[in-house]
Amino acid sequence: MSDIRVTPLGAGQDVGRSCILVSMGGRNIMLDCGMHMGFNDERRFPDFSYITRDGTLTEHLDCVIISHFHLDHCGALPYMTEMIGYNGPLYMTHPTKAICPILLEDFRKIAVERKGETNFFTSEMIKSCMKKATAVNLHQTIQVDDELEIKAYYAGHVLGAAMFHIKVGQHSFVYTGDYNMTPDRHLGSAWIDKCRPDLLITESTYATTIRDSKRCRERDFLKKVHMCVENGGKVLIPVFALGRAQELCILLESYWERMNLSVPIFFSLGLTEKANHYYKLFITWTSQKIKKTFVHRNMFEFKHIKPFDRSYIDNPGPMVVFATPGMLHAGLSLQVFKKWAPNEKNMVIMPGYCVAGTIGHKILNGVKRLEFENKQTLDVRLSVQYMSFSAHADAKGIMQLISQSSPSNVLLVHGEGGKMAFLREKIQKEFGINCYMPANGETAIVPVSHNLPVTASVSLLKRHVTVSGEEGPVPKATRVLHGALVMKNNKMTLVEPSAAFRDLGLEEHQLRFTCNIMLDEEGPVTDTAERIYKLIKGSMKQRAVQYSSDGSISVGDSVLINVSGDEESKNILVSWSHQDEELGSYLLKLLKANATAV
Amino acid sequence: MKLICLSNNPSKPCFVLYFKGVALMLDCGLDISQLTHFLPLVTIPGTVLTKVSDHFGVGGEKRKLSEKLGTELKECMGRTFIDGAFEFSVPEFGLVDMSQIDAIIVSNFTTIMALPYLTQFTNFRGKIFATEPTLQIGRMYMEEMLKYVERNPKLKGASFWKEDEFASLLPSSLKEAKEPRGWRKLYTKHDIDACLSKVQTVGYNEKLDVFGALQISAVSSGCAIGSCNWIIQSTFEKICYLSGTSTLTTHPKSMEQAPLKNSDVLILTCLTQTPLAQPDPMIGEFCQNSVLTLKHGGSVLVPCYPSGVTYDLFECLSMHLESCGLSNVPLYFVSPVADSSLAYSNIYAEWLSKAKMSKVYLPECPFPHAELVNSGRLKHFKDINELGSDFRMPCVLFTGHPSLRMGDVVHFMENWSQNPANAIIFTEPDFPYLEALAPYQPVMMRVYYCPIDTSLNFLQANILIRDLKPLHLVVAEQYITPPPLAPQRTDLVIEWEPSPLTYKKYEVLNLPVKRQWETVHLDPELAAGLEPVEVRPGAAICMLTASLAARDNKFILKRLPENQQSDPGKQGEGDATANNSKTYAFGSPNISQFVEILTQQGISSIKVEETESGSIIHLPNDDTLIQVDSSSTHIICDDEAIRVRLKDTLLKCLKQL
Repeated sequence: MSDIRVTPLGAGQDVGRSCILVSMGGRNIMLDCGMHMGFNDERRFPDFSYITRDGTLTEHLDCVIISHFHLDHCGALPYMTEMIGYNGPLYMTHPTKAICPILLEDFRKIAVERKGETNFFTSEMIKSCMKKATAVNLHQTIQVDDELEIKAYYAGHVLGAAMFHIKVGQHSFVYTGDYNMTPDRHLGSAWIDKCRPDLLITESTYATTIRDSKRCRERDFLKKVHMCVENGGKVLIPVFALGRAQELCILLESYWERMNLSVPIFFSLGLTEKANHYYKLFITWTSQKIKKTFVHRNMFEFKHIKPFDRSYIDNPGPMVVFATPGMLHAGLSLQVFKKWAPNEKNMVIMPGYCVAGTIGHKILNGVKRLEFENKQTLDVRLSVQYMSFSAHADAKGIMQLISQSSPSNVLLVHGEGGKMAFLREKIQKEFGINCYMPANGETAIVPVSHNLPVTASVSLLKRHVTVSGEEGPVPKATRVLHGALVMKNNKMTLVEPSAAFRDLGLEEHQLRFTCNIMLDEEGPVTDTAERIYKLIKGSMKQRAVQYSSDGSISVGDSVLINVSGDEESKNILVSWSHQDEELGSYLLKLLKANATAV
Repeated sequence: MKLICLSNNPSKPCFVLYFKGVALMLDCGLDISQLTHFLPLVTIPGTVLTKVSDHFGVGGEKRKLSEKLGTELKECMGRTFIDGAFEFSVPEFGLVDMSQIDAIIVSNFTTIMALPYLTQFTNFRGKIFATEPTLQIGRMYMEEMLKYVERNPKLKGASFWKEDEFASLLPSSLKEAKEPRGWRKLYTKHDIDACLSKVQTVGYNEKLDVFGALQISAVSSGCAIGSCNWIIQSTFEKICYLSGTSTLTTHPKSMEQAPLKNSDVLILTCLTQTPLAQPDPMIGEFCQNSVLTLKHGGSVLVPCYPSGVTYDLFECLSMHLESCGLSNVPLYFVSPVADSSLAYSNIYAEWLSKAKMSKVYLPECPFPHAELVNSGRLKHFKDINELGSDFRMPCVLFTGHPSLRMGDVVHFMENWSQNPANAIIFTEPDFPYLEALAPYQPVMMRVYYCPIDTSLNFLQANILIRDLKPLHLVVAEQYITPPPLAPQRTDLVIEWEPSPLTYKKYEVLNLPVKRQWETVHLDPELAAGLEPVEVRPGAAICMLTASLAARDNKFILKRLPENQQSDPGKQGEGDATANNSKTYAFGSPNISQFVEILTQQGISSIKVEETESGSIIHLPNDDTLIQVDSSSTHIICDDEAIRVRLKDTLLKCLKQL
């Protein structure tokens, strides 16, 4: 009996700053290395000093895995690898490796250049950090060392998002990162095989939500945008450069085409083209439909969507603007918001989750008057809409993934405590398995037990399989195997006893017993023998009982029964080896009891 | 363990491997070399057709037969061709019951071409594994060939000539045709779609489980986008199957060697088809000959497939032209799948060489042909009808099919071949170029033969085998003798000590691998209850009796159920004894100690008699005889109580397990 220990450094009963430590089979694995968007102080990054107080992270961690490029999953990575110091194995998918540095750089600029923060990672650090990353393909098994192996599955949350199956010897767990179980306009749905891990560590952002159909939400979104621009209002959609933005662009593009609208749609300059180019090069990571049609029509080439310029903010008339970042915590989206917020004709559509502390989170909670660091205040008069386009699995999706992968235990992260507790109840009831939800810094100890693998000789196995195979295949019937388990050189082998004795230089001492039973029975010897044979045969259903012409009966491996004598009296000789002691003594008893019965 | 070969051509392989009760097909190549026996499918009636005349035939008593043969055979430039619908040489699926095949693994897009024949025309029901690029590019190859054949259909098949009665009348070229009765017409679009929808795509180094018995994984083989070699293994045995492999650095991800090491059996196929030519100098010659032709105002025709080396040709030629000041010469790529081929090549970054893959991080397209297309230097078209008015000459034109029997190349041969300024450069190794050219002779254009086959040559293969150190090596029969074209080149063979096992079509090869070990899992409850006895430092043993369950080819040992462990006597069911654990005794008993204990137990009158090999102990009062020697004891006793007491006493004098 051993266990898997899971300690969230972030994302324990919380959304944001995903960073989870797992110890399993003597290996330490770090899952994600995220940043909390709601904080500006040291709480922004995970507390790496928890991992080890003496010694380096490289010594302590066997590998680091990044599930996708969102900053709450990778934002602290350059800080960890370059400023604290980590040179060990680091894995992420190709698109994550490609896009991650762009978002990090973007974020760095906002933090350093706009907010004037010091003690922050530099562009060089981002570059050298990404050099340490090994890109993985879906379903490829990567051998980190002789025991630790990882395998990525499609997660469908953003381009390149992956779930990871991590194995050490017989122990294994799955970390989902963020995932989505319903295919959307540009990504497929998450998929995993029935890999039966000991533990499934799943996100639970929408632990209690069952979202209505995707189509309705899309129609709702389009209707709201359309109404607002028709009334001359401006629509602000704060997004992250990659991900939801592309899906909403595809959605608006086709709607504008269909409705023949001419109201301008803008997308934050710079990232647009580059971001869309990534989508074009990583088409294999998008949805089936896009993959099928990309040769003739690339969905990421937009006709109606134009690059945005800062000077357009004060342009009169209706427009739709996609601006980064998505939680209104900094950058262009915040700048646009500040300008447009006082006008009730305008609208802001928050298409995703906002972490506590951000402006996005505040306005979603109905705050009508915002206060900023420099004592400025802002009245929020525009219409605030929340549309759940964030591609997370809902409660139904989480349950679906549990039944798909069939784990022995579940552990919830990346969600709010209260909602987690509800989901935990549901999981325990529905699947009858343990469910954990440790808070940050708390360690969940998940006990696991496994079969012990040993090397067995094929001849031993074949003997036992064929013996019972005589009456045709009975797969469920138990067969009894008898062998010797030899433990030598830290290896265990299961072989025929005689082979084991030879191997270990043991000399077996054969012990044999012979008993006589006198019987006064008239008639030919063969009649008596025949009667005894039938008696034994009747009581031995599984044993091989053989009657040979010389009047001897053999039972099992070593028991021999011989009947001799003359017309008046018979002598039954029973002989067996020590290994068949119970069978032999049982037969002796049986014969004694039934010898005189006619 | 057995291997059956179903194909004549080691470069278009197809095998069935039997291993651990699993029947696995390896590759499904389609031999198309017989295409050169057919008349070209002409797009627009032109010079080739006018030169064609009826088969000469013979007079006399065989005149009638000869006339019948004449309806199927045509003469052209002194050679006899088949005038009928194209037929292809399909692997011999009849050799094995296809319904018993559990799975097929496909190595690359050249060895997938016969797959629709397998899935649509046999009772094959197994799984199909291939990488995503193999599937997509394989589809392009199939669709291109199908388009070519369907665009100018020949409805009439030719089959009389295959019959025995005509054998004596056939010209020698057709007499040499290999097993023409096994040739089949090409599959349809529906066959391709239905077949490929069954393919399960796999990634490199993905571990696939086949019925719990085998684990299969694909490792990069370096010869084409998504091409792979296969490792087929159980816990204790390992077979490596090397199909098209290249150790050169071109556009695909480089070959991975480490996982192929130390196998029990290494099956090697698809070595170079042009052992006398090296790819690098050939690419150089290709570029030089192109420039030479262009500088003299001629155009260059390159018969090619829609993927593979063609990408390298685009890259090398465009760079070379630039360096020669010919960057305004247009490059044309004409194929029904040209657009897909160019588009797909740029989304398969993870299957490409390191240099190409790293470009997507910038983000840029991995292949320079994306930029060539954007800048208008490389123009691609579905067929000649799309070429239109801006078609400029001189130019370099890439088009199919390399056999010169179908596709747009036929049209260009008719139009360009009589101009001595033009040139045709053969690069694909699948067809002897003179055979391909035969129906167009005499041609005035220059003819260059620069075959580029990046597959392993014999030198590379021999080095690779030495590095991989397999226990047994299996190669095609052809590979252990020098190539027919260069019989003196004894270096162009596979060398291996002892001589490798060889395969050829129709032969069943027994692979000398004996399975000795298998993994069995002990249930934790059972494992916890074991009490090993240390027999010497570092070595322990314990006897184990447990119930064995075999499910999905996995063995699990569990503790015997309670009811099977109880005393058989009380149960009254003798069968129960079958399940009881057995004990073993070791060493030889100390006779005096044994006698002493018996005496203590109140057994009187013990007579010990020494014999040559041991002792005989006699207990006259109890009518009992005990024969003891160093490795055995025989107790002959009728009284059960005494016997049990003797047994227990004796066991005390021995070591037990």
